[in-house]
Amino acid sequence: MDLGTNISLAALVQQILIGLSRTTILFIVSSGLSLVLGVLRIPNVAHGSLYMIGAFFTYSIATLFGQSTLGFCLALIFAPLGVALLSLAVERGLFCHLYEREHLMLLLFTFSFSLVFGDAVKLIWGSDYRSLVAPSLLQGSFSISGLPFPRYNLFLLIIGPLVAAGLWFLTNKTKIGKIARAAAVDREMVGAMGINVSWVFAAVFVIGCYLAGLGGALVAPTQNITQGMDHTIIIEAFLIVIIGGLGNIWGALLGALIFGLTDSLGILFWPQFAIVFPYVAVITVLLFRPKGLLKSTW
Amino acid sequence: MIKALFNIKSAVTCGGILTILLLLPPFVPRFYIYLMALIFATVLLATSLNMVLGFGGMFQFHHTVFYGFGAYAFALMATKSGLPLWVGYIIAPVCSSLLGLLLGLITVRLTNLYFGMLQLSLGSLVWALAYRWYSFTGGDDGIHGIPLPDLISSSTGAYYFNLIVTVICLMVMYMIVNSPFGRTFQGIRDNPERCLAVGIDVQRQQLVGQVVASFFAGVAGTLFVTVEGSVFPDLMFWTLSLEVLIMCLLGGWFIFMGPALGATIIITLRTFVGIYTEYWTLILGIVLMLLIFFLPEGVLGLFLRKSGSADTKGVVDAAR
Repeated sequence: MDLGTNISLAALVQQILIGLSRTTILFIVSSGLSLVLGVLRIPNVAHGSLYMIGAFFTYSIATLFGQSTLGFCLALIFAPLGVALLSLAVERGLFCHLYEREHLMLLLFTFSFSLVFGDAVKLIWGSDYRSLVAPSLLQGSFSISGLPFPRYNLFLLIIGPLVAAGLWFLTNKTKIGKIARAAAVDREMVGAMGINVSWVFAAVFVIGCYLAGLGGALVAPTQNITQGMDHTIIIEAFLIVIIGGLGNIWGALLGALIFGLTDSLGILFWPQFAIVFPYVAVITVLLFRPKGLLKSTW
Repeated sequence: MIKALFNIKSAVTCGGILTILLLLPPFVPRFYIYLMALIFATVLLATSLNMVLGFGGMFQFHHTVFYGFGAYAFALMATKSGLPLWVGYIIAPVCSSLLGLLLGLITVRLTNLYFGMLQLSLGSLVWALAYRWYSFTGGDDGIHGIPLPDLISSSTGAYYFNLIVTVICLMVMYMIVNSPFGRTFQGIRDNPERCLAVGIDVQRQQLVGQVVASFFAGVAGTLFVTVEGSVFPDLMFWTLSLEVLIMCLLGGWFIFMGPALGATIIITLRTFVGIYTEYWTLILGIVLMLLIFFLPEGVLGLFLRKSGSADTKGVVDAAR
């Protein structure tokens, strides 16, 4: 581990930009988790599985069109919708009967889905690695003072703020968003106002899962699509949600920034144990603010 | 609930099961000896989790990190240090409980779901370290061919060793659960605010509970090494932790022997279903769903309810 000498400013900037594009994915996935956690009080372990399914859907749809630009665009639209549809079926069929149970039961119930989805993916797509090329427009890279920066990552850097703005609009400016925020604080009262809380919950659950699917669709061209990608992301998303404050979407953004940046900078300094850096950051945050950086909805 | 298990009937049942297990090895094939030795290790693991989960009400989502840590500590002692092999059986659980102390110092400051999610994440860090640190832990290959003391290196030897250690540990844990310490723990489970009000240091109690539970998980880890002779990072992976939670739920986590029954059922099922299909987790997932919908008090809870132990009514209500 030798520091300083071989790390140029350009490499640092490059790594920060890559960290930020990683942050985009982490934010999209963990904001969905946070939304479900905040309103429905479900620690959804199956969230990672939905992310994985989103990536596999994207692969299948894009491959159907010969991995063309059109195919990728269609995949980006329809893969998350497919995930949302799946989650709607699960929510209406099974989850909605269990909201009164305690957290541990709900967690285990979502875990049972993660088990079933994991094997379902193995059944449908097999256990091989899959890879997807980005559409031609987003292939290749341009240089930042000599070091390459992939175009696709730039695309992610544009998508991230768009999703954040969309979520802000949804939670603050639309009726469903306002009802959902009210239901997060006091669900009985919202019910007493004559609002069908059950359907509000379903809507929030579906939106949260849509975000998981979107994250999976966006990540598909950047890495191997494989079994086990659900296990990694869900732990990261949990950490992000904890340091951000349960149920707080902006907390998820902040947590994703901390996690993404420490992760990518760690790779620069100590590649083999880069994974340690985000955890150290998380522990440091929690030592000072045990309930997360921003106010949780709990 | 405790009385229901501490009467003559249950004492006779336990004694009978123990006698059968002691006499069994000469009459069954070697594979079953191996399987049962593995079950003993898992029974100990599940019961140690239940000590903090069912009796302490702590959301210990990542318990197997202590199990895997104990197994790794034993494996590293046996392969890398020159110490006598038996010493590992004492040092490895101590290492596990130290890890429990370290993680506990961070996690007990939080409650409920926060506690559980943070523990899950920190445990994953330990897993990641074991997974990446090739030169020390063997990375994702793990460590194989771990030497064992001669006395227990045969499968029958391992069987008897695991049986005896598990029975002793279960008895100690039973005494802990029924001690003033265990009663306090149950008080915290049922009403943490009131416990705080009457002057109990809830966080300290939970910390001690976690250290004790991780000690026994470490013992279970050494028993696993005794059976398998190898360790690998999957022992610390979080999905295994949730599988152990399923064992507790399946057996019934408000009953001391519930998790033991759950562990037996799950390990047996996994072994025999695994022969026919590679989609074991699919089946486990479906079993878990059915369980949560129809049998939240667990198999043993159902059995005790049907056999008319009035004490279990409250237990069943609590489970729902």
